[in-house]
Amino acid sequence: MSTYSASKTVALAQSAEEGAALSGRPLSLAFSLPAGGTGVFASLAWVGFGISCLWWPDIGDWTRTHQLAAAAFVISGAIFLATVAGSRLGRFNTGLQRRAPWLLVSALFLTLWEVATAKFGWLPLPFFPPPQSIIEVYTDDLPKLLDSIIASVRLQLGGYVIGATVGFLTGVSIGWSRSVGYWVHPVLRFIGPLPATAWLPIAFFTFPSSWSASTFLIALATGFPVTVLTWSGVASVSNAYYDVARTLGAKPSFLVLKVAIPAALPHVFVGLFMGLGSSFAVLVVAEMIGVKAGLGWYLQWAQGWAAYANMYAALIVMSLLCSGAITLLFRTRDRLLIWQKGVVKW
Amino acid sequence: MVAHALAEAVTYPAVGASLDVERISHAFDIDGSVLPVLDDVNFSVKPGEFIALLGPSGCGKSTLLRLVAGLEAPRSGVLREDGDPVTGPFPSRVVVFQDPTLFPWRTVWNNVALGLEAQGILKTQRHRVDAALDLVGLSQFRNAYPHQLSGGMAQRVALARALVNDPKILILDEPLGKLDSLTRITMQAEIVALWQRKGFTTLLVTHDVEEALFLANRVIVFSDRPARIKADIAVDRPYPRHRGDPRLAELRRNILGLLGLDATW
Repeated sequence: MSTYSASKTVALAQSAEEGAALSGRPLSLAFSLPAGGTGVFASLAWVGFGISCLWWPDIGDWTRTHQLAAAAFVISGAIFLATVAGSRLGRFNTGLQRRAPWLLVSALFLTLWEVATAKFGWLPLPFFPPPQSIIEVYTDDLPKLLDSIIASVRLQLGGYVIGATVGFLTGVSIGWSRSVGYWVHPVLRFIGPLPATAWLPIAFFTFPSSWSASTFLIALATGFPVTVLTWSGVASVSNAYYDVARTLGAKPSFLVLKVAIPAALPHVFVGLFMGLGSSFAVLVVAEMIGVKAGLGWYLQWAQGWAAYANMYAALIVMSLLCSGAITLLFRTRDRLLIWQKGVVKW
Repeated sequence: MVAHALAEAVTYPAVGASLDVERISHAFDIDGSVLPVLDDVNFSVKPGEFIALLGPSGCGKSTLLRLVAGLEAPRSGVLREDGDPVTGPFPSRVVVFQDPTLFPWRTVWNNVALGLEAQGILKTQRHRVDAALDLVGLSQFRNAYPHQLSGGMAQRVALARALVNDPKILILDEPLGKLDSLTRITMQAEIVALWQRKGFTTLLVTHDVEEALFLANRVIVFSDRPARIKADIAVDRPYPRHRGDPRLAELRRNILGLLGLDATW
């Protein structure tokens, strides 16, 4: 009896699946065109950008105009092919569908930029370089730019890791121990709100090198928000958690490591995020003033030579690095605080 | 069936401890003035007994439980577990609070494992966590996070987290107070079953006269703050009990009378 009904159910399920597959294919074809409409327009817009590069003569002397146009045509082709391939590309396709409006708008923006700078000079020239001159920087000045990136990342990473670690440990100690709080809290109140950049003049002559001075300043800028938020996180842990853990036989070390810190972690991440933001500011200032390396220094140097294209190129790289760092931090948080999904809306 | 077999395979030392509450008085300092909460409370509990503590809201019953748990020390008097004075928290006396207070960052399994982990014996005793989860019927939810559980399920996890330590004295501080009435009735029966099976001594604080009579061997009625013992009533009915039992109804009327609420009866 049961075998019969089971096989019947399977057969039913199979026929239902076939039916869905049969009716599904024409359906998806019928819907792929209107859904891919934006994709087609985006592709056309990129063709338009490529043509705008070639149609009029450049009003200045730039070497990468043709390559830029070629790149635009390649991008246009890629968008078109991906749109036509549609659902066969699976997840990539849904990503493309979602980004199609942005692809379209960025092509329009680039066209406008190209026309307003390289072709008709509506924007005053040295200050507003065309896209191809920024491409030129990436191809021709790559070694120096890479060196600057490496220097910046090293400085930032060192200072941030030191500041975050010290801040976290200080915050936990203040939140946990009343006597540590008594001594550290006033110092923190006094020194913490001071912008880290205010220390620049002192830091540069008290530290043996401008590099160590900058590391200290970045650590300081990171450390303050991390300390304060870790502390408030630890201090706001409900006593009920400690009671439960204590009746189950927890020792003080367990209460700190397995109760206070995990409970405070959401606050800690807010502190890490704020610290990241303020440390970026310190990094750039420190590089501009003291350290003779890094993207901040590159910006300063480019401005000195009136190399505005280099400035924009460095700014773009800087912004990619900063947003990349923040994305990385958010990803880490999402992994560590997966238990908050459904409790808190980010 | 499977769940039962697994739980049975683990041998639990089915021994409750005796508890002596000897002339306990306690007070709180609130804004410089002293607020007495317990006044010369004196009673003993035999090993394996189920005691319900009843009294008006805020009379100090929960404070007494905190003292028994060792979370606070009394101003005067001594508490003895099996004759030894209570000096601090110890996993032989485990509390289940009104709120489940599960750790939201831990899965159900890891919440239940908390006690064994804190005592540093989890590595060799993992099977006890599985057995405790089976006992409360939540094995399928071992990987869930607390926010995914209903109120009743969360309180069951809290119960499992207490039971995994094989407590000699289980301290229940209004554990069913916040549950809906249907879940409450189910869990009352579950608590009786667990108690009968394990043989631990149980101390239950509740506001619910019916619950006290349904569960306990003895009901101790407290006065208003500072709490003093008003009556110590033996509930001489066998388990499983029935809510419609006329003897329980009679006891209930007596107790409500002691609490000054008989006019509503």
